[in-house]
Amino acid sequence: MTAATPARPTGLRAFLAHGAYVLRDNPVTLIAFALFLFIVFCAVFGPLLAPYDPLESNAARALQPPSADHWFGTDSLGRDVFSRVLVATRLDLAISVAAVALSFCAGSAIGAAAGYWGGWVDAVTGRVVDTIMAFPLFVLAMGIVAALGNTVENIVYATAIINLPFYARVARAEVAIRREAGFAQAARLAGNSDLRVLALHIFPNALPPMMVQLSLNMGWAILNAAGLSFIGLGVRPPTPEWGIMVAEGANFIVSGEWWLAIFPGLALMLAVFTFNLLGDGLRDLVDPRRRT
Amino acid sequence: MAESGGHGVGGAAGVMGGSAPYARRGPSPTALGRWLKGERLGEDAAIALAAGRAAARARARMIGRRVLLSLPALVGVVIVSFVLTRALPGDPAAYFAGPAADAQSIAEIRAQLGLDRSLPEQFLVYVGDLLGGDLGQSISTGQPVLEELARRLPASLELTLSALILSTLVAVPLGVAAAARQGTWVDHACRAVVTAGVSLPTFFTGIALVYVFYYVLGWAPAPLGRLDLLYFPPEPVTGFYTVDAVLAGELETLRGALAQLALPAVTLALFTMAPLARMARAAMLEALGSDYVRTARAAGLSPTRVLYGVAFSNAMLPVVTTLGMVFSFTLGANVLVEKVFAWPGVGSYAVEALVVSDYAAVQGFVLAMAVLFVALNLLIDVIYTLIDPRTRQGA
Amino acid sequence: MQRRDFMRGAGAVTLGAAALPFLKVLPAAAQGADTVVMVMGQTINSLDLHRTGTNRPSYQIAVNAYDRLVEFGVKTLPDGSLSYDYATLVPGVAESWSFSDDGLVITFRLRPEGKFQDGSPITAQDVKWSYDRAVTVGGFPSTQMRAGGLESPEQFEAVDDLTFRVTLKRPSKLSLPDMAVPVPFILNSRLALANATADDPWALEYVHKNTVGSGPFRVTRWEPGQSLVYERNDGYTSGPVPQIARVIVREVPSPATRRALIERGDVQMSFDIPNKDAKELEGTDGLTVNTTPVENAIYILGTNLNFEPFKNKLVRQAVAWSVPYDDVFQTAAYGRGVPMHGGKSFTPETIEWPQPFPYSTDLDRAKALLEEAGYGAGFEVPFYIDLSQSDWMEPAALLIQENLAKIGISAPLEKVPGANWRTASLVEKRLPLHLETFGGWLNYPCYYFYWAYLEGNLFNSANYRNEEIEAMVPKALHLPVDDPEYIAMCKRMIEIAWDEVPRIALWQPAVNAAYRDMTGYEYWFHRQPTIRGWKRA
Repeated sequence: MTAATPARPTGLRAFLAHGAYVLRDNPVTLIAFALFLFIVFCAVFGPLLAPYDPLESNAARALQPPSADHWFGTDSLGRDVFSRVLVATRLDLAISVAAVALSFCAGSAIGAAAGYWGGWVDAVTGRVVDTIMAFPLFVLAMGIVAALGNTVENIVYATAIINLPFYARVARAEVAIRREAGFAQAARLAGNSDLRVLALHIFPNALPPMMVQLSLNMGWAILNAAGLSFIGLGVRPPTPEWGIMVAEGANFIVSGEWWLAIFPGLALMLAVFTFNLLGDGLRDLVDPRRRT
Repeated sequence: MAESGGHGVGGAAGVMGGSAPYARRGPSPTALGRWLKGERLGEDAAIALAAGRAAARARARMIGRRVLLSLPALVGVVIVSFVLTRALPGDPAAYFAGPAADAQSIAEIRAQLGLDRSLPEQFLVYVGDLLGGDLGQSISTGQPVLEELARRLPASLELTLSALILSTLVAVPLGVAAAARQGTWVDHACRAVVTAGVSLPTFFTGIALVYVFYYVLGWAPAPLGRLDLLYFPPEPVTGFYTVDAVLAGELETLRGALAQLALPAVTLALFTMAPLARMARAAMLEALGSDYVRTARAAGLSPTRVLYGVAFSNAMLPVVTTLGMVFSFTLGANVLVEKVFAWPGVGSYAVEALVVSDYAAVQGFVLAMAVLFVALNLLIDVIYTLIDPRTRQGA
Repeated sequence: MQRRDFMRGAGAVTLGAAALPFLKVLPAAAQGADTVVMVMGQTINSLDLHRTGTNRPSYQIAVNAYDRLVEFGVKTLPDGSLSYDYATLVPGVAESWSFSDDGLVITFRLRPEGKFQDGSPITAQDVKWSYDRAVTVGGFPSTQMRAGGLESPEQFEAVDDLTFRVTLKRPSKLSLPDMAVPVPFILNSRLALANATADDPWALEYVHKNTVGSGPFRVTRWEPGQSLVYERNDGYTSGPVPQIARVIVREVPSPATRRALIERGDVQMSFDIPNKDAKELEGTDGLTVNTTPVENAIYILGTNLNFEPFKNKLVRQAVAWSVPYDDVFQTAAYGRGVPMHGGKSFTPETIEWPQPFPYSTDLDRAKALLEEAGYGAGFEVPFYIDLSQSDWMEPAALLIQENLAKIGISAPLEKVPGANWRTASLVEKRLPLHLETFGGWLNYPCYYFYWAYLEGNLFNSANYRNEEIEAMVPKALHLPVDDPEYIAMCKRMIEIAWDEVPRIALWQPAVNAAYRDMTGYEYWFHRQPTIRGWKRA
């Protein structure tokens, strides 16, 4: 069974059945899905569950190791690390989702247009994408954030821009090979406009490989934001964010206050790990060839 | 048909996400040329290349065309990096005028730096210098940018290459093992291990390794750049301390250089294992399911020989091309590792320069990276056409 | 000589390539008893302080590889540590000096035995060329020279080979000390001129990469961003020849790594360590931590008078009463330095500077003052800090922010990248609420007030203007310190600064150094490692 286009609209039930099969078949993916639900849960309910105000300092309790009162210890201002890690989930998730969504929308629109119309559209967008690709990407992100100012929005924009080429390329390739496919010709003959054919008939078929990329990129977006924080270009304090906490905590490791970096680091790793495994799982899900 | 999806998601995307896809066929990673060509590297191209001298000529033409086609990207990089650096906040003139400068001394410095001219004028001057091979002078280190890049690039290359060698040595066997035992716990464990490696921020891994292996255990030398204080660099030939030390016959220095290299290389290797392992696994699976492996099996070759002889040799092409992509990505991305290990490479140079709005240094770095990136892609394309089994079969 | 040939035209590439003969044997020597290995976090970007764009850490070259006409002495502080002595000037290149009766002419007699590092004699012509250079190149060097009344080449005269004369426009107590700061260092003018060009008459390019002085150390190796090697000048003539033969400076950007290095004993000196490390490393076996408060320096919270609510003195006072001084001092400074709050009276008794401001934490009083000023409902003001100083600025700002919220002032934090900070805070002076630091090299209150309280002057980041201060400072600057009028003026200035509080003192910072297996560390006002007195234990 080698399907030509992975995710033909073959009925929801078949898809779910396949999903269940993939999960059963691959325990790692099952774990990833469970972790993903857990992270979403923390993002939604984190602020309600946090035992302390993540912003409230208490100089008298600064730099205390983990204890029953403070599970993850306290930071240099006496803030509860556990509460900060928990509350940060929402922001980190929001940054990665927003960045990836933005690059997905912009990149796929550009790529689809290039793939469908070709010609000068393709040539121009191609050169733009080449230019972005030729940049050392992390330095490009740094430059953008440094130039625009380090706010959450600008971190999102920077991450979106450096991810954009990948979506553009995937969308272009997927659309280009289906441009003259039978179903597209048929749709055109039926009197649909180019835009309609592209948006409603061709593009949906290009989605599955991009879905996989989405999940992988979420993890990378979080790492990217963390890297920016390490350079000092992250979200502004006192907002709790994993990257900043790891970056700041890293300076305390040598002096023995390991909990400052380890716990947010673990949270960060867990999230990225989940998204990466999830990406693999999604790939299995949208690639029915794996069933054979 | 379906493999086209793999082309798109492959290579670079996999590098970024740290997880290359399960490519469905060998030559999947996307070198820049694939996009430029506008079509998949088609069978027709392979046939064209197959005919002896004609093939060589075609190859030369193709390379020439690639070079031409990569020029717009370089021009784009020059323009964007110029605009981006000018958009950086702050006034370098004020910054470099020193702690007690007044308006007059700042104006003097602005004129000296040529920053009192209009932006288009500055750009023309910059392009003119560039054409003359002058990348300008870094104001933060006070050295010509070209000179510094030339001095620092070998450090970055040595680190990146060592990391990739290490990473390949671990990741490829892992990928092969995972493919050979697809679906078993070995497969899942390999996947979990490489994914975990790519899930940690490199600066965090780096600092943790320094803490454990230098501070606590004392096994690693002090993280002080490329050579311990006790050694002085070997006579520069390649700029790679390890190679130069061997050439100069200074084994003690070689040991010192390797010791310094160990932790940063491991840090980077952990991060780059995932795409390589995944590609190796996918390519092996593909090869194992292919007709020629089936033929080899049918011909009575032992499973070991099938696995390591036939399948493995055929699976290496996509791994090599992935390696190229990972390399160019890592070179730009080891910025943070260099910072942690005080590694005197181009990455740490760029970070420092960016923070102080050191225009010439940032532009020089970006341009150098872009040229490297384009050159590497060309190289991948060329190697690819040279060792593509289909090409060889045809020839 | 071969050094010059080796460096000429080669630049950093050859510098890094290590062609010096002794380097091959250095591995053994590096562990020897006459070498100190030092780590620091910043980059030395030039060997020439006079060059455009030379950064602060590079000033140590002027300090260690060059001499001045006169130098400050060294004294032992009550805690047994060593410090430069502002009150004592000792001979440098000059062996003696005298003032004319009207105080307008200073005549220096150079040491007849004075030699540059290349063996040629130090002459008054060299001194004149060096002074001309300092006042002509512009930028910071010329600004600093002007502070001492040294403004143009006509003021400097080489009377004969060993006599150098400076003519001032008016007598000032600042002139002689200003000749002992790092800026007016003496260069070997013959050597420099041999490498000057028509476009570059001051040999800025050459001196940028080569040291041409008479100082106790020469720079034999410099890899920007990585390391620098000082070698002892065995023919040193302006003072005792140093005990140690070599100092290797390594640049290590990560503070965590620097701490690990000094803690594990892989280096002998870690200069300018963070307060937290200083506090925690104190008492470590074999390690000495030296903390010296920086003279004439305060870390302050600035309230910019461009921002409407801060135009009102009562609002500024309210902010001053709301700062959690103790917590800030403990959390941001780790108790290193001197607290600058809790003074008893609003009228100063002495002209000591800095001395504690008469504010402490009193939120009720702060609220009352806000009510009185008509801001009982509070307001919002952006609070700016410098990214590159976030080690102390961020914790301090977060604690201040928390207390400001309690009196109704919401102060969202803005981090400004290093490149933009100077421009925004000092040049444009546009940051409504911000942290700032200034320390005057010349240790007089009037000098501090000149830079930080006069309208338009660089460090007056609060855009403060007070007619009385404007009138007093220019007079006070040149008066001798024992003049009763001077003392009265300074007291009045301090009183105004306390009452009006455009700059709210947080604490007096300290400079920390940790070292082992060596002695002779000295604190200097310029906050640069001054290595001539170092000894290996």
